[in-house]
Amino acid sequence: MLEIEYDYMLLIAGMGLVTYIPRLLPLFFLSRRKLPQWFVEWLELIPVAILSALIFPDLFVAGSPRHLDVVQLKSVVAIPTFLFALKTKSLGGTVLAGMILFWLGSSLL
Amino acid sequence: MKESKSMPRIPPGPSVEGQSSQPERSRFEKQERQVCLKEGMRAAWPICIGYIPLGLAFGILAQKSGFDLLDVGIMSAIVFAGSSQFIAVSMLGAGAAPLSIVLTTFAVNLRHILMSSALSVHLNGVSRWFLSLFAYGVTDESFAVNIFRFREGGWHPHYALVVNQAANLTWIASTVLGGYGGQFIAPGSFGIDYALSAMFLCLLVFQLQGWIHLLTAALAGLLATAISILLPGDSFVIIASLIGATMGYAIKRYALE
Repeated sequence: MLEIEYDYMLLIAGMGLVTYIPRLLPLFFLSRRKLPQWFVEWLELIPVAILSALIFPDLFVAGSPRHLDVVQLKSVVAIPTFLFALKTKSLGGTVLAGMILFWLGSSLL
Repeated sequence: MKESKSMPRIPPGPSVEGQSSQPERSRFEKQERQVCLKEGMRAAWPICIGYIPLGLAFGILAQKSGFDLLDVGIMSAIVFAGSSQFIAVSMLGAGAAPLSIVLTTFAVNLRHILMSSALSVHLNGVSRWFLSLFAYGVTDESFAVNIFRFREGGWHPHYALVVNQAANLTWIASTVLGGYGGQFIAPGSFGIDYALSAMFLCLLVFQLQGWIHLLTAALAGLLATAISILLPGDSFVIIASLIGATMGYAIKRYALE
């Protein structure tokens, strides 16, 4: 038992380390120097690219193994949620609106 | 009633230099801390709501795979990376070697290099100690919220740290709760499963300033969709965002000239 716990802690330490290092190194090395203009301009596009890369598969891909599923509750609810966000520019409001719509949708289906 | 009428308000003591500076300073710091907490929490709550169903689900899975509450809590506190925790639990269940779990975790979390790089622009001149603390809480969700706030302006690194830590605490608490008795909580209540999707969608809307951003989003999104179907795992996020941002930049830089 003790040995199992020891192995587990070793695993956790390893996982923690490889999670932490990619989060830390760029902060350490980039936040203290003057970055070239092209790099700043490129970095400027990273957030929109990441958000989009996270949200598209979340809305349009489903199942295991994953397959294209364009018309599903998540993507259908995304349309009014998207419009709500455009119109109100409110993060909190959009989250609540999305949740309510999804809730209504899932109880109707 | 009697008290409020008869109690004389004690006037604040004269602030003599040196004598009262200590308590005044600590009062000021306390106020500042409260502002940080308030601002941070106002930004963090959608993340916290979104983490609850995920955390519960993870706790339930971990408990079914034979983890006890302490194991779950330790993993959430030290690793704090939702998708790799799910992967680790299922890999352990399948009898995978620890080294391959660690390597998989590394691959899954490489995408945070990009996020920390983008955040670093806004953390200029912050102490290394603060950066070390901050780095621990860089997740997809806290990144999305903080980068938006930083760009809006007026967002202090301390507020951002509160966002990270609030998300982390919620994550730890909900995973442990899930391991404790998550199966008694009905899934899908109040549309809570949609909180993070709605949050990401809204933050994406906020980022769509101008046609280059729109184009980059479309490229990255379509690529991510295709890659997520073709390749297993989470590599689609980093591959699609790297290619999407590079193509967007190239078009902006060269197609316009």
